[in-house]
Amino acid sequence: MNPSMPITEAPGLFTADGLTGLIFLVMMAVTLIGGLIACCAERLVRAVAGLMVCFVGVASLYYFLNSPFVAMMQMLIYVGAVCITIAFAIMLAAPEESKKNGPAGPLSGPLGFITAGIVTFGLIVMALNTKFPILAKVNQGTAKEIGIQLLTQYSMVFELISIVLLIAIIGALVLARAGRSK
Amino acid sequence: MSTLSLYNNLNTFLYLAALLFGMGVYGLVTRRTLIGMLISAELILAAASINFMAFNRFTAPDPTVGQIFTLFIMAIAAAEAAIGLSIVLAVYRNYKSIDTEDLVELQG
Repeated sequence: MNPSMPITEAPGLFTADGLTGLIFLVMMAVTLIGGLIACCAERLVRAVAGLMVCFVGVASLYYFLNSPFVAMMQMLIYVGAVCITIAFAIMLAAPEESKKNGPAGPLSGPLGFITAGIVTFGLIVMALNTKFPILAKVNQGTAKEIGIQLLTQYSMVFELISIVLLIAIIGALVLARAGRSK
Repeated sequence: MSTLSLYNNLNTFLYLAALLFGMGVYGLVTRRTLIGMLISAELILAAASINFMAFNRFTAPDPTVGQIFTLFIMAIAAAEAAIGLSIVLAVYRNYKSIDTEDLVELQG
């Protein structure tokens, strides 16, 4: 993919650009369907499976955005670690949604839908009506350049985030062990 | 602008991220269990990351910055998932339920 060359004329389906566009449409559908399953599925195990599908789609979108390194990290961290951790928690806590409607009542579904619809509509209208200035690129954003930036300009943030992760691991262990009986 | 060249358009990604964000908000409002809400929060974070990456690809002068920011979002999300899930397990051990309606001490 050429990083900074907008396609002006419509590509044919069986050219390289056309097939790329077709794959992009498929992955966009995968992302949206996965997200729908994740937010609407009745059982939590299915929601986690939908989340996994959605994250695979998001990883391919990152690939389309010229960032194969971030796409790989998405697959490793989200699909490989976060989803599996959530699946473990579901198995450990066994949360079957027994009661359909609690005090929130049958209204929570439509009201939630309206809230989400308003937020989504607002964001789309804002994206539609804003003119974003396009600036000249100073580099290509390859994995090598990411590494150089991480160890020079962003080295402090890099160290801090590792401390955050360390504290998170220790905190998770302490929290999960605390009330354990034998 | 044909359907097949949508991937070269900033607005496609912004709409996609807005839809994912909306799904996350819907799940966060309607889910009755803590783990379900956590799953929806992950959807919201994914939408934010897509926005960062889209602006990074199409408008930002230095395309490493958005990628680094997305990597940090991933690290924070992993930490959040670990802490959140251990809190869920601790809650489950105390209340024998992770339904948000059951997690009350007071009557009312």
